[in-house]
Amino acid sequence: MTTYYSEEHEWITVEGDTATIGITAHAAEQLGDIVFVDQKAEGDEFESGDEIGVIESVKAASEIFAPVDGEIIEANELLQSNPAALNENPEADAWIYKVKLSDPSQLEGLMDLAGYKTFIS
Amino acid sequence: MSDTPKRTALYDLHCALGGKMVDFAGWEMPVQYPMGIMGEHQHCRSKAALFDVSHMGQVLLHGPDAAEKLEALVPAALSTLPEGHARYTFFTNDSGGIMDDLIVANAGDHLFVVVNASMRAQDIPHMKAHLKDIEVTEIFDRALIAVQGPSAQEVVASHCPQAAQLSFMQTCEALIDGTLCRISRLGYTGEDGYEISIPEAEAERITRLMLDHPDCAPAGLGARDSLRLEAGLCLYGNDITPETSPVEAGLSWAIQKRRREEGGFPGAARILAQLEHGAARKLVGIMPQGRAPARAGVEIHDLEGKAIGQITSGGFGPTVQAPVAMGYVHADHSAPGQELHLIIRGKPQPATVCALPFVPQNYKR
Repeated sequence: MTTYYSEEHEWITVEGDTATIGITAHAAEQLGDIVFVDQKAEGDEFESGDEIGVIESVKAASEIFAPVDGEIIEANELLQSNPAALNENPEADAWIYKVKLSDPSQLEGLMDLAGYKTFIS
Repeated sequence: MSDTPKRTALYDLHCALGGKMVDFAGWEMPVQYPMGIMGEHQHCRSKAALFDVSHMGQVLLHGPDAAEKLEALVPAALSTLPEGHARYTFFTNDSGGIMDDLIVANAGDHLFVVVNASMRAQDIPHMKAHLKDIEVTEIFDRALIAVQGPSAQEVVASHCPQAAQLSFMQTCEALIDGTLCRISRLGYTGEDGYEISIPEAEAERITRLMLDHPDCAPAGLGARDSLRLEAGLCLYGNDITPETSPVEAGLSWAIQKRRREEGGFPGAARILAQLEHGAARKLVGIMPQGRAPARAGVEIHDLEGKAIGQITSGGFGPTVQAPVAMGYVHADHSAPGQELHLIIRGKPQPATVCALPFVPQNYKR
């Protein structure tokens, strides 16, 4: 299991050709109190850079951009009943999607944890 | 306007309190503190919140019959406003639109006027050009803070007993810990509270005194916006603009009887006609039925898919615990209970027109 990070402040944890996508604690803190998450449906296909959802905080709406190409195999229902979970636990329970990767080689273009820490500092 | 945002006298205090600073109307202001918008909002509704509103324009009008002369620019009755009282009004343009909203207080030998930060550069020349023989003085050396919430009286009166004697929309000059301040019982949150004009050199000291009270916490522009939205209070530039009239905006209550009879303010022809016959569109409260907030710019459709208006302010209401919005709709779709669709990210979402405010106002009358 390896975790990668995008410049759009997403994390992506990979197991074989499936992966879990979420936003980083840094992103959640920047967004402030999260009140709604607009998620795409299971089966939606996307390319790297596509908007794959919107996070609404008290302040503003922020898009989620796909860090890689793939297909959504599950949207986390927890975020519908409790969007604030994204503030509390964004890098574990409050994941956003499970996805099937189209091209795992794209992961090489993302950052590792050390790289991301440098990126946000 | 210069590119470098200006700083209020409380800038260092905001930073010391962990405020997240943003550029707002050319001013570097705290959007929130570590408590967060939600927490600051709830604190204001349950105890007391302190806002820095020094970016707003404070203006003094000196000269004979200043109130009567100002009536030529606004539709409020001001010449009969008793000393120590304040009134909400707006500058109107010749087509009956709103150029800015403001508070005018009768301070005895002068009028004390507060205008929006973003409109200072328009409003002050506007008054100077039209108020003959009136000295229009923009104040640059006083801070303005707002202490708002059910505990506001306790917080302010613990340093200034006179504050407890004021009713809603009354104002006085009084000492706070030895410094002469102007204290007005009004605000922009729907809660009881005060706005206090303080000489800049004493601003941080007096603000800290207020914050020392266990019920008083600092709050930023984010909470200020969600509080005023729940209270159904208009934001200039969003809900009221040069294209919207006071009647359309639901502000007819601020045009007193004598002014309706006599007119004599810019755009009176259109505004008085709308008062008599009604306006074609109205600003209404709108509650999305789902959880997605509808923000400014979202299109409003009727159930058949016809465009009938636009959201002008919207977000999540922390007290309501649901999304809330305001927007203009055709008058025949403006009755509370009217079902609508809001086009959020291309998809129609069901919503209902509802009476404003979303949260009952809690003024001390």
